[in-house]
Amino acid sequence: MLYNPKLAKFLESYGIVLVVIVMMVVIALSRPEVFLTPQNLTNILKQNATLAVVALGMFVVIVTAGIDLSVGSTMALSMVTLALASRMGLPWPIVLLVGPLVGVAVGVVNGIGLTWLKLPHPFIMTLGTLNAVRGIAYLVTDGAPISGLQPQVRYLGQAYYDLGIFAPPAGIPASLIVVAVCALGLWFFLEKTSTGRHIYAIGGNPQAARVSGVNVDRVLVLVYVISGFMAGLGGLLLAGRTDSGFPNAGLMLELDAIAAVIIGGASFFGGRGTVIGVLAGVLIMGLLRNGLNINNVSSFWQMVLIGVVIIFAVWIDVVRRRASVRR
Amino acid sequence: MTQTGTPLLEARGIAKYFGAITALRDVNFHVNPGEVLGVVGDNGAGKSTLMKILSGLYHPSEGELIFSGQPVRFSSPKEARARGIEMVYQDFALAGNMPIYENIYMGREPGLKLGPITIIDHKRARHMAQDHLDNLHINVKSVEQNTEELSGGQRQAVAIARATAFDAQVVIMDEPTAALAIKEVGKVLDLIKSLKDLGVAVIIISHRMDDIFYCCDRVMALYQGTNFAESLLAETSRNEVIGWIMGTKGHTESLAHDRLH
Repeated sequence: MLYNPKLAKFLESYGIVLVVIVMMVVIALSRPEVFLTPQNLTNILKQNATLAVVALGMFVVIVTAGIDLSVGSTMALSMVTLALASRMGLPWPIVLLVGPLVGVAVGVVNGIGLTWLKLPHPFIMTLGTLNAVRGIAYLVTDGAPISGLQPQVRYLGQAYYDLGIFAPPAGIPASLIVVAVCALGLWFFLEKTSTGRHIYAIGGNPQAARVSGVNVDRVLVLVYVISGFMAGLGGLLLAGRTDSGFPNAGLMLELDAIAAVIIGGASFFGGRGTVIGVLAGVLIMGLLRNGLNINNVSSFWQMVLIGVVIIFAVWIDVVRRRASVRR
Repeated sequence: MTQTGTPLLEARGIAKYFGAITALRDVNFHVNPGEVLGVVGDNGAGKSTLMKILSGLYHPSEGELIFSGQPVRFSSPKEARARGIEMVYQDFALAGNMPIYENIYMGREPGLKLGPITIIDHKRARHMAQDHLDNLHINVKSVEQNTEELSGGQRQAVAIARATAFDAQVVIMDEPTAALAIKEVGKVLDLIKSLKDLGVAVIIISHRMDDIFYCCDRVMALYQGTNFAESLLAETSRNEVIGWIMGTKGHTESLAHDRLH
């Protein structure tokens, strides 16, 4: 077979986008009358916006060869605290900030546990906060959901723009714009700034970063803060969409986020992956669920299939590494 | 070969204690501009500790460092680097997932500085890296290649290019040829010689007499944490240096042979 390095590089960067397009074509062919309706497409985007935002945060952590298991709990705590703040009648601009700020706080705790307490692996620290933060979310709400948010707080999670073309309830969701802004901002940060490149370097070889004068601990704290912030922002979107803060939100969300990042081609060993890949990973999971739903496949089969897709995606990563690394 | 005048980097009366252990005591050391100095010694003789003090990783317990005639104190490797003292590590310490040019400028990226963050000018970094590699006569396919795609010798060359990217005065190399294939050793040693022509002082820690005798001007031996012997290369022999490593002076060839076998 002819080896074409340009084609190989293109496929490595954008092959995942081709997978998304192929999936859309297959699902569209299976149920054209349902899948291609503006309402269904709007739904897919809205339902996956939270996962997309959280997965982008998880991605930054995974690039450093770390992991953040606490994102689901962090999202739940953000949701319930912002719902409480809303019910207490705080002005809406402050309520908007509460969710992401709670996320930042959890991120700081994770980062400090990792660097200052020198816990041996982020798995352990964030497993701790996964439990502790979820417990706090139940404590502050007594385990019951809190509903009724200010309309301004709901806006990002709920609004959509029909642009005069689509019939309600279809259109471009505001949450899609949030995802797009986050993705663009993160892409710029990771590709064009020194700190972003240091994040990749830490994932590739922490010792290389250290001897180059990079303050590895400080960058790691920042990375967990970004992940926490994104989890809080995801909480804001979900609270808006559901008009409530419920303490059992985001159960197993960390696993979905990790799955999306890995399916999107990021390496679990750190140092590799792209923002566009993460978005594609989220869409692959969302399209898989939607496609199976509208074809009336049981949700149990969906779990089986997503499991298979994760294993397959990581196997591709292994094969690619074996082919590219020189011995 | 050794130039007269002020040494570029000097250490006087250095001692280093780790708890009850004395790693170095009363060590004196100097290196001149454009000089290649070989540092030899058995395992535990204190070579690495001395180099870590010179590169700012450790503080000496006693004694002082003098750089270009001025007393200096380094509280971190970053401060030593700011003075032009660079270290090349035995395992190269490169990020394999990143291109050559990004490894060379890691931590000192060219671009627009906004507080603690630099918005990197990737295009300029690529050009700078290419020019720098050309100056050192290092050939790579492209500066955008990831370093994991390179051979051991090429990686060492990139590590040396990183060390010399910004006006390096002193480059300290820990076992520069230990991780290389034999056919690549010569190229790296020639690269070390070319640094000397640029006026850079090079300090090489090595076990390989071939390396020392190929490119050094002067050799010094540490033994059990203190100065043992020192000589211009032209005035000594392999067997004598091997004797110093083992803590004996006035070696004859037969004695060295006996000790080695």
